[in-house]
Amino acid sequence: MNNIIVYLEIEEGIVADVSLELLTKGRKLANQLGVDLDAVAIGDGLETIKEQVMPYGVDTLYVAQDKRLKYYTSLPHTAILVGLFKEQQPQIALMGATSTGRDLGPRVSSCLHSGLTADCTSLEIGNFTDAKTQKEYKDLLYQIRPAFGGNIVATIVNPDHRPQMATVREGVMKKEVAEKPGKGNVLQVDVNKYVTDADFVVSVISREMQKSKNNLKSSPIVVAGGYGVGGKENFALLEQLAKEIHGEVGASRAAVDAGWVDHDRQIGQTGVTVRPKLYIACGISGQIQHLAGMQESGIVISVNTDPDAPINAVADYVITGSVESVVPKLIKYFKKNSK
Amino acid sequence: MGLKIVVLAKQVPDTRNVGKDAMKEDGTVNRAALPAIYNPEDLNALEQALRLKDLIPGTTVNVLTMGPARAAEIVRESMYRGADGGAILSGREFAGADTLATSYAISCAIKKFGDVDMIVCGRQAIDGDTAQVGPQVAEKLSLPQLTYVEEIVKLDEGAKKVVVKRRVEKGVEVLECPFPVVITVNGSAAPCRSREAKRVMRFKRAAVPSELAAMPSAYPEVYQKDSALKIGEWSVSDIDTDINSLGLKGSPTKVKSIQAVSFQAKESKRMTDSDEDIDTLMKELIADNILG
Repeated sequence: MNNIIVYLEIEEGIVADVSLELLTKGRKLANQLGVDLDAVAIGDGLETIKEQVMPYGVDTLYVAQDKRLKYYTSLPHTAILVGLFKEQQPQIALMGATSTGRDLGPRVSSCLHSGLTADCTSLEIGNFTDAKTQKEYKDLLYQIRPAFGGNIVATIVNPDHRPQMATVREGVMKKEVAEKPGKGNVLQVDVNKYVTDADFVVSVISREMQKSKNNLKSSPIVVAGGYGVGGKENFALLEQLAKEIHGEVGASRAAVDAGWVDHDRQIGQTGVTVRPKLYIACGISGQIQHLAGMQESGIVISVNTDPDAPINAVADYVITGSVESVVPKLIKYFKKNSK
Repeated sequence: MGLKIVVLAKQVPDTRNVGKDAMKEDGTVNRAALPAIYNPEDLNALEQALRLKDLIPGTTVNVLTMGPARAAEIVRESMYRGADGGAILSGREFAGADTLATSYAISCAIKKFGDVDMIVCGRQAIDGDTAQVGPQVAEKLSLPQLTYVEEIVKLDEGAKKVVVKRRVEKGVEVLECPFPVVITVNGSAAPCRSREAKRVMRFKRAAVPSELAAMPSAYPEVYQKDSALKIGEWSVSDIDTDINSLGLKGSPTKVKSIQAVSFQAKESKRMTDSDEDIDTLMKELIADNILG
């Protein structure tokens, strides 16, 4: 009762990183609240889920296995979560802000009339006083998220309804094995108790999924380009630099929208969050949406013709100059000094 | 026979082009500084609906939007592009609603259109980016949902089945579902067709009743005679609803606080693009084991 539950997103028997990140965060919140951390796996071929998630300190893993659940569809997953939540009364439920979590979360929250906050960038525990009724609430989940295109940050609470639900994007939380193991229980869920034939109304005709093509999220060095790079050709310079210093190429939304770089390399609030050791921002002005996706980088170098570009405020090194002139020199002097 | 389609659309502040005066000094949003636009993905949704209208004779497309009287602009814009008409849902009872209270209100209003075959809306609105209203409307109406849809690939009117292509992070799914169904459409879907000059001429005087006061004096007569110009203006008394589930009261989530975003400025080393400066920088990064 009153535990924290994480919905596990599973593709071909493998738990998604975002779910492991949420287990890491969930473990910390559970410790703070003195409750259990539970996880729910729904699908088919779930034999290895236990060993995948237990290192993150799971107390009870619920396993709902059924051939018909091989691919995610909204209604059966909703039915199972709603049924489990009604019985287990978790106080907090977390899921990834992915196309799956953002399909499932709202449906579950509507069914239970519990609030859901999308795309949280931070989750904390704290107290809340209702300004109108002066009623005090202890230990609520602060669901902190950017709003209005990233220009403001709002802290949302669900005072009276449970579970308090939140989705979080992949890469926003850190994935870390728990210090102490959890209880390690595994409970098989009777799928037919919750799901009816009518829930399988959507049929998957075909499915083509690809593995992620780049290693941007976990690369220790990122060379990112913005609108100031000036064109697709100049992105080749960035690729050269990235290759030389063993980094990955990223981009701001402006460069992606201009069609110079693939969408899966976009860094920022609506793209990937990165925290590399070194971040080289080339021709990126530094809109808040972009900063949100790279602010935890170690060392930041900004290359920009504008000495007052907003990104320079968060940079450790500011090089005032054009991408065309600076990037080749970065390559040249890296080669010279690294030997 | 044709289908009865309702498109959900929202008038939103254009958060993509936020200028320096978008935030007031107290950290709240200066809505006046942001132009109001048709939520981009709702336009993608409208296009998918209009394609079905092109394909299946007798199909009607009505647009429903929640907002003040000026949101009638969304319905007019939709009519310029091919929609038959629509309605706005207005009233202070709806104010302060989170996604759940919004979805409840919208689901009650949809019922006023009668037996709807398909509800189509954008995946998410750019002022909140939550992507929650589509699935929540579906749940409130006990309908299945198809989200992140890029294209309605096939529709079998006799069998009442629709096939869609769903675009997710790592690829594409093709799903089949019987209708009625709620479909949310991605920005990667086909862009919406432009306005048709003839339709603009025909419908520029389409209005909700509360807009009539501002019209030329002879106009109301024309308006009364031509039902195609009438955009519905529904208030809480026009829909069958539980008032306690609306607005702030019906919202399980509360905003505890709002802060303007600020980033801790670092002390930065400034340098030029001269060979000496960049040589020094590289030596420093290699010595610090940041590169190497």
